[in-house]
Amino acid sequence: MSRISRRIFLIFSLLGAGLAQAQLSIEITGAGANRIPVTIAEFAGDASLSRDITEIVRADLERSGLFRMVPPNAGTMDENAPVDYAAWKARGSDALAAGSVLRAADGRIEARFRLYDTQKGEPLGGAVYVTGKAQMRMAGHRIADFIYEKLTGERGVFSTRIAYVVKSRGQYLLQVADADGQGAATALTSAEPIISPVWSPDGSRLAYVSFEKKKPMIYVHSLASGQRRIVANFKGSNSAPAWSPDGRKLAVVLSKDGNSQLYSVNADGSGLQRLSQSSGIDTEPRFSADGSSIYFTSDRGGSPQIYRVDANGGSAQRVTFEGSYNVSPRPSPDGRTLAFISRREGRFQLAVMDLASRQVQVLTDSTKDESPSFAPNGRTILIATETGGRGVLSAVSADGRIKQRLTIAAGDVREPAWGPFLK
Amino acid sequence: MKKLLSISLLLALIAGCSTTPAPDENAGAPVESRSASQQPDVTPVVADGLDASGLPRVLTDPKSQLSQRSIYFDLDKYEVKSEYQALVAAHAKFLVANRDFKVLLQGNTDERGSREYNLSLGQKRSDAVKRALVLLGAREDQVESVSLGEEKPRNPGHDETAFAENRRADILYRAPDGRGEF
Repeated sequence: MSRISRRIFLIFSLLGAGLAQAQLSIEITGAGANRIPVTIAEFAGDASLSRDITEIVRADLERSGLFRMVPPNAGTMDENAPVDYAAWKARGSDALAAGSVLRAADGRIEARFRLYDTQKGEPLGGAVYVTGKAQMRMAGHRIADFIYEKLTGERGVFSTRIAYVVKSRGQYLLQVADADGQGAATALTSAEPIISPVWSPDGSRLAYVSFEKKKPMIYVHSLASGQRRIVANFKGSNSAPAWSPDGRKLAVVLSKDGNSQLYSVNADGSGLQRLSQSSGIDTEPRFSADGSSIYFTSDRGGSPQIYRVDANGGSAQRVTFEGSYNVSPRPSPDGRTLAFISRREGRFQLAVMDLASRQVQVLTDSTKDESPSFAPNGRTILIATETGGRGVLSAVSADGRIKQRLTIAAGDVREPAWGPFLK
Repeated sequence: MKKLLSISLLLALIAGCSTTPAPDENAGAPVESRSASQQPDVTPVVADGLDASGLPRVLTDPKSQLSQRSIYFDLDKYEVKSEYQALVAAHAKFLVANRDFKVLLQGNTDERGSREYNLSLGQKRSDAVKRALVLLGAREDQVESVSLGEEKPRNPGHDETAFAENRRADILYRAPDGRGEF
């Protein structure tokens, strides 16, 4: 495997200077074994907008580790320009994208493009994306998603969003950014810790645990309106929310009846039901993608291990057996894999289990991995980890080959949550 | 258990004093020998006022045992060690004598491992202290046990010393008028 290590600093403007600390920078190490060679031509039209969008498309595709950029010709190329397939084939490019970006009279931006298969000598389709100036990055991500899907057969996640918590200067910021870490916006600022954010399946709300009232309580936060609702404020601790796939319920962990136990509650806080009955700790519930079962962490067998239970309750089956500390289960979107954190010789590392064969593979060589989160296409797992004493996010491909690190200049980043596909 | 009870009985006497108008904080105050003097000895007494947080000084004065609010735990453990049973007994006695006071028990862990699992582990620790308080006479509705997990380390370091200091349950008080520490 050819190993590349590059450093890309994407400088972008934020809402205000006060948010300068919130800029994420990305470092990529490793790459897929067989990267598809593609050319993204310089798009025609408004020179500055075209350059920005073209760069976003290229950066997205490269960052995935699945593509290799073949340089374009000098000058611009729009979506209707004639394509000399043989010449591109000779250059070693399997696919070519060309397009144009125009500013409409109402100030909106229209990005058009077409993708060509140079091997077969035929167009693969194209699209036009119209966005406001503020969402210009999204047009680039959408184009990259289109190309990614046509060339790999899987949906791309460049237009999805991530949420995470930044601890900086004694404050906790719950932020939402594009999947590449850019365009960060702060949804909540608090003097007290915020943990365990999870996206509602429609991507409009976050559930999380906030300590702002001196103890952990569960909130549901609508991102567009900023409206927040406490959905669990029972005696004791309220934590570890997980959405059901239909978005109507949350699995939560409450200590109101003694130990931390699993309950389910409607998204408005009504209809509380107990799901687990054990004398130990039961926590970190996550629904399987089909909603039929819940994976969770329990110390009922003497050490923290991962178990699976029917979503309606019943008896639980143990899932992990290797080692004395396996926590934070996250079933993959296709239901075939379970990502989790495993302690090995005192080091906490990201591991995946093939649920059919029960084979476990450790994907990282770090020491403080936490809080894994699958990309909605299952290709990448975002984790919190630590380098040089600082909290950073790391995106690890599900085969462990490609790693990207997202760091913040003046703070710790932790508790990542990858959002759903854009509808 | 018998030993614990006798200790708690002893502490009960001390703690009991503390809740009467004459505070215990001067009970052990140094008294000069004045054998030559014909005047009677004077033991200075300060009326037990409230400190800035609105709590009786017996809870906050560093000389008072009840100002000790932390119970430390071993790695991955949540049993209250015997060395803290006297302290727990003293707090239980205060709660028995002051039924309109409430406490919030905050369990904490070191930074290693899952945040959510640590939240549950911290809960186990505060629950263990709660059980001990209730066993010694505190009422259920006087005591709430919660967890801060690994989120609020007292010692921000990353070594064994810091970890030991952060594996802890803290006792916070609230007076009947709602003033206090939580």
